[in-house]
Amino acid sequence: MIPLSGDLPKSKGIKSESVDSIGVTKGTSTLKRGFAHMLKNGVVMDVTTVEQARIAEEAGAVSVMVLDKLPSDVRKAGGVARTASLRVIQEIMDSVTIPVMAKCRIGHVYEAKVLAEANVDMVDESEVLTPADENHHIWKWDFTTPFVNGARSLAEALRRIEEGAAMIRTKGEPGTGNVAEAILHIKKVNDELRTIKSIYDSGDKQGLVSIAREFKVSFDLVEETAKIGRLPVVNFAAGGIATPADAAYLMSLGCDGIFVGSGIFKAEDAMERARATVLATTFWEDADAVKEAQKMINEKQSILGLDVKNLELRMQDRGGSA
Amino acid sequence: MSELDIGILALQGDVAENFMSTMMAMNELGIDGSVSQVKTPDQISAVDGLIVPGGESTMMGQLSMVNGAMNALKEKIESGMPVLGICAGMILLAKNSKDRVVGSTKQPLLDVLDVEIERNSFGRQKDSFEAEVSLDAMEIPSFQGVFIRAPAVVKTGSGVETLGKFNEKIIAVKQGNILATSFHPELTRDVSLHKQFVKMVADSKN
Repeated sequence: MIPLSGDLPKSKGIKSESVDSIGVTKGTSTLKRGFAHMLKNGVVMDVTTVEQARIAEEAGAVSVMVLDKLPSDVRKAGGVARTASLRVIQEIMDSVTIPVMAKCRIGHVYEAKVLAEANVDMVDESEVLTPADENHHIWKWDFTTPFVNGARSLAEALRRIEEGAAMIRTKGEPGTGNVAEAILHIKKVNDELRTIKSIYDSGDKQGLVSIAREFKVSFDLVEETAKIGRLPVVNFAAGGIATPADAAYLMSLGCDGIFVGSGIFKAEDAMERARATVLATTFWEDADAVKEAQKMINEKQSILGLDVKNLELRMQDRGGSA
Repeated sequence: MSELDIGILALQGDVAENFMSTMMAMNELGIDGSVSQVKTPDQISAVDGLIVPGGESTMMGQLSMVNGAMNALKEKIESGMPVLGICAGMILLAKNSKDRVVGSTKQPLLDVLDVEIERNSFGRQKDSFEAEVSLDAMEIPSFQGVFIRAPAVVKTGSGVETLGKFNEKIIAVKQGNILATSFHPELTRDVSLHKQFVKMVADSKN
């Protein structure tokens, strides 16, 4: 079970009063992390247009992520990838009832502020866009809007949580249609969690201090994570997920849900594939149900995919060392 | 008396949190029983009471259409099984729902609770809030209400009792065996509302 606040630094939130003078607090850790809890066992789909957002909602997505270009097109286009047009984000917010997320560049405080003011439900500080600050991520405790961040390792995940991320997605390699990196990273995070849990269980406080120094995060955060043996926030898988079977496999590795980027709207059977991915994510424990979901897609219409070994641009490395 | 079995509808959303709160509520009441996660019509038909958790109502509605859970749920609730709907769960139980911005949607609903819901009634995530609410009719004078993109009840039918209001909006209702809240009791450590629900289930079984 994921604690909603624990001993971590907390957002105290912004206080005001209701019409009948009852205290109201917004932007607390419970509200930001709790929002991510409501997405669990769901699929968040990347979209670039109102039409795609409607298809995603119809297919059973728990949320949509608005981008200017899908990750595979970002890859092809080159140049600088920035946050999506506010006009498109607004149109999508006016058209679907599910939560709407949008990406900002790593470290770009003002793209994030603009998205928060535009009232998106969650901001993704994302390596899919070109980083604006190579050395710093956004200090997310300053925001009322919750953030999700990517991570390839436990150290990266905990650094982002310490900066105020309310949700983590273990990174894959976006826009490749290749799930290998997503699998690599969730397994790595799981291994590292097992290691620190065993250190905690053996009562070795100095061992935890060493980990905290190595990870460049506080002792308290390492200790709390080690104690519960999982990330202290909701964790989704992301990057390169292309088929229902990909989604189900990642769920079986302990992910709380799935982000699908180019995998759906770069496939030629987007509508069926969106629905099939949702079904496989919900019923991942039932291999027969996953088979039925997999039947709904046509492999000839999948995103072609890229070999992750020979990529010129490795998005996952962006912001990783900070 | 056989053991109480309370199910949590486990298609999507904060299932684990409701599982924990229900276990704690049973412990505090000293009631023997189990809590199970249910997805299929067979699993649904086996439980004595059910919680429809927080999450995305559109998604849960569509998924429960796919595997026949929708019909099984409706049948069980109409035949008197106690049910607690939280946030998305409240929407799913309702007769009608409209979104504050988008308006009418085609989302599938169970149509067992005679109310009309306004979805995202308090605004988007940035306007999600925590505030103390009172549910005097449930003998809960004070409860920390966690409202996340919360819905509110805008119209109630004749058999529906209003349990609580916030900012002049109805945020908790009861209609016979159906209990529903806009806020998330499972995100707090206070299990008094889950205790009331466990009692409802225990009473209905006796």
